[in-house]
Amino acid sequence: MTGSPQETIHETLVNIRLQTAIYTSTARLADHRRTALATLPEYEELRTQANLIKRHTIENLGFYLEQFESNAKAHGVQVVWARDADEVADFVWDLSKRKNARLIVKSKSMTSEEIDLNERLAHHDLEPVETDLGEYIIQLAGERPYHIVAPALHKTRYDVADLFTEKLGVPREVEIEKQTRIARSVLREKFLAADIGISGANFLIADSGAVTIVENEGNIRLTTTAPKIHVAIAGIEKMIPRAQDLAVFLKLLGRSGTGQALTVYTSFLTGPRRAEEIDGPDELYIVLLDNGRTRLLADREKRESLYCIRCGACLNHCPVYRKIGGHNYPWVYSGPIGAIITPQYMGVAQEPWLPFASSLCGACGEVCPVKIDIPRLLLELRTEVHADEAKHGQGRLERLGFRVWAWVMRHPRIYEMAALVASAVLPDERWFSKAPGLLNHGPLKAWLSQRDLPPVGKSFRQLWRERRKAAE
Amino acid sequence: MTARDDILKRAREALGGGFEQPAAPPKARIVVPEIPREARIEPFFRAITNLAGKAYLAKSFADAREYVVALIGDGPAVASNSPLLAECGIADLPGVRAGFKDPEALRQACASAAFGITSAEYALADTGTLVMLASVEEARMISLLPPVHIAIIPRVRILTGLDELLWMVPQPGLSTSSMVFITGPSRTADIEQILVRGVHGPGEIHVLVI
Repeated sequence: MTGSPQETIHETLVNIRLQTAIYTSTARLADHRRTALATLPEYEELRTQANLIKRHTIENLGFYLEQFESNAKAHGVQVVWARDADEVADFVWDLSKRKNARLIVKSKSMTSEEIDLNERLAHHDLEPVETDLGEYIIQLAGERPYHIVAPALHKTRYDVADLFTEKLGVPREVEIEKQTRIARSVLREKFLAADIGISGANFLIADSGAVTIVENEGNIRLTTTAPKIHVAIAGIEKMIPRAQDLAVFLKLLGRSGTGQALTVYTSFLTGPRRAEEIDGPDELYIVLLDNGRTRLLADREKRESLYCIRCGACLNHCPVYRKIGGHNYPWVYSGPIGAIITPQYMGVAQEPWLPFASSLCGACGEVCPVKIDIPRLLLELRTEVHADEAKHGQGRLERLGFRVWAWVMRHPRIYEMAALVASAVLPDERWFSKAPGLLNHGPLKAWLSQRDLPPVGKSFRQLWRERRKAAE
Repeated sequence: MTARDDILKRAREALGGGFEQPAAPPKARIVVPEIPREARIEPFFRAITNLAGKAYLAKSFADAREYVVALIGDGPAVASNSPLLAECGIADLPGVRAGFKDPEALRQACASAAFGITSAEYALADTGTLVMLASVEEARMISLLPPVHIAIIPRVRILTGLDELLWMVPQPGLSTSSMVFITGPSRTADIEQILVRGVHGPGEIHVLVI
């Protein structure tokens, strides 16, 4: 990305094609969710249960990590722990060398996006190929996902036609069904030739040592079945205690994400192929990734961000995401959930505007299937940003302004006088447009460039007195 | 310090503990509705049809075989090692290859087959789902690589839904390395949110209940 956040956001706002793509796709996803939830009377009960289970698991994460590890090992899984992106890349690179592997098929994983795994592997001269259609498109385009569940949401069929012609050398094809066939046939060859399959994980199941992965296309099944080696990369927070808890989470995930009662495929994988089984990978590695998660864990007030099951519902319902889209967020996680986890992973000073990119309308919290209180977390982060700025001596004027405001508000007489002065000095309905020189150049310039101030007429107190008098 | 010990140490410090056996997690929420076996077929078929799958109630093994013959013609098809398919006389139909033990040979056959024929361990009535367990009888590839999947399942194997499955099989990993739910044909909506069926998995699915 180039330019300041304001510039790139402006470019998105004036791009009508992009605005249409974001608007229609998020509206469709939101509609599908609404329709699907209409047939789930126990929805609220499931949300509460999901929240309780996640809270319990996160509060006892150490126990469940160890339980998971020992159960996974008992089924022949090789559990790999990784502190950060480098350690994951080093592990895969080392594994590739040992196995003489080069071609790697990948299924969609936000966790691998988070650690830029493709770039890191390509750097080692490995060939990672994304196999989810949307991920494949953005990999060809050299971009990052636009949306947690619909990575190529911003691409039209015409963009895809150009991209396939340019990168795959196929005749230009604008029919979506035929484009899908092209991707299928290219990727089918890759699946059958690949040495390693890398997937993410939607859930780590502690009592089974299993990973659960959901999808619609079948590319995850192929990734985890066709190559001899399967590597699943999961953030440590993906843990749930029992296989039986899927009865809660799967019902919420599919419906919240794409409006499906269940996605087309759900894979529950416990270890590599067993002796009597006919096919499947000979080796299964599960990478447990920290990459900042234990730091979030330490924050009692905000650790609930780790409950997220990456359904994307908060994006589809966010008035900010629906205008600025996914690429204006500074990291792979966009939308409200991105606005709360990015500052926590990267530090609030990194992108201090992010927690403010919200109208606090509350829609994200309302649709969250695991009841993460996203609006509250945004406010907490705003407080942190201010504290951080104060520490660095920034934002003095703003703090002074609010201190004055607070003082005035605590002194009714002075407040009343101030209101009288304002309505006397600025009697016009559209006083701000009449007084451009006054505020248009001061510290409020940026704020006012996007807002109309309310007309200043009679104050509430004046109206109150007048009406009481009239009523008498 | 190994990455493992380091991560566990950080988690321990972050949580101020959190490593001891915790108080029991919230009780698992498993709610199994009481629906008689006969009454499960209709909602199961409706769910499959809604997903653009085909559902057929076979009166007998021979009837199932007729359905398959009419559908696959000369094939090529690959059938799983399920005894049910042998009983139906499907495994030895012309154009059908079955009895694979070697993964590589199976993979070659599936990659060029037009039809994959399997049984399923269970079906879930409310979502129209097939529950596939990898075993000596069922391979993973047959329901995955060919563009058309045909599954044959005895009527008694239809469960009410996910809750009943997890109630009966609370730890799937004890019996198989791979439990896969198949809910309709493979699909995507990654370009313009327009639905396309048959991306990497089968675009067509036929479920025969005997």
